[in-house]
Amino acid sequence: MKRWLAAAVLGLSVAGMARAAIDTYQFRDDAERERYQQLTKELRCPKCQNQDIADSNAPIAADLRREIFRMLGEGKSNQQIVDFMVDRYGDFVRYKPALSGRTWLLWFGPGILLVGGFVALAVIVRRRRVPAAQGSHELSVEERERLAKLLDKEQNHD
Amino acid sequence: MKRWIMVVPLAVFLLMAVFLYKGLFLKPDELPSAMIGKPFPAFSLASTQGDRNLTQADLIGRPALVNVWATWCPSCKVEHPYLNQLAQQGVVIHGINYKDDNAAAVKWLAEFHNPYQLDIRDEQGSLGLDLGVYGAPETFLIDAKGIIRYKHVGIVDATVWREQLAPLYQGLVDEAKP
Repeated sequence: MKRWLAAAVLGLSVAGMARAAIDTYQFRDDAERERYQQLTKELRCPKCQNQDIADSNAPIAADLRREIFRMLGEGKSNQQIVDFMVDRYGDFVRYKPALSGRTWLLWFGPGILLVGGFVALAVIVRRRRVPAAQGSHELSVEERERLAKLLDKEQNHD
Repeated sequence: MKRWIMVVPLAVFLLMAVFLYKGLFLKPDELPSAMIGKPFPAFSLASTQGDRNLTQADLIGRPALVNVWATWCPSCKVEHPYLNQLAQQGVVIHGINYKDDNAAAVKWLAEFHNPYQLDIRDEQGSLGLDLGVYGAPETFLIDAKGIIRYKHVGIVDATVWREQLAPLYQGLVDEAKP
């Protein structure tokens, strides 16, 4: 019993430590909280590059979260906040890149590949079907006789 | 049988090989700076020594290296002797003490020598944020008008100086001469 209690206390204290890394911001309303969560998920941490800034424990990510919170408090729009980050850290920080001449391939490439794949598939299927419809798989009488002979031979060998 | 279709796998392979080979030499942790070509951001901060107030206007006049450093950054310690050496050669270097404990920074500069002509104290990291700094050390190269011309992420050593910074710095010095 005592052991269990000790384990539980230890577990709780660890949980407390894990929570310490999460910022505590007071939002005015749920809409603002949602915008904060959306923005921190859409922006990428410049230091630990495969994490968004909501997820990252890097000091720079904490700074950027604080900036976002501050700008939300100032009533800035999502676009203004994203522009603020892009001005400083470049297009790199956007997990959702803007649609531009340089990024259109990124946006539409997968769609183009998919359509291309379907087109290729359709062409291949068609080509295969055409000879199948024309030629017959049925054997002619002569062919059947020849086949019977061949099979006979095989059996005689055994 | 169409002959050309047999070349397709080879072509795909070659294309991939080119991209993968290039990928070997990419440094994805070094971001291209969004600040190149932009004026140095406005700021008003104390010096590390606390004896004066510095603004972006103080940076104008001469091309310079602006080195972002901190005492919590081990790489900064590695590059510090080389910065001292450059300063001795007459290269203008300014320092931004980034998100640091000021007392530790003052002690560091007293102990390891101060290569910085202006030492900006950015305790909150606000100037660093405006510069798009995401770690230390980072070194910016500004021209005589205070426009950011280049950024190097990581340690400045003899190789980096010789191959990247020195030609650019010399170019800016020549440009600044009437």
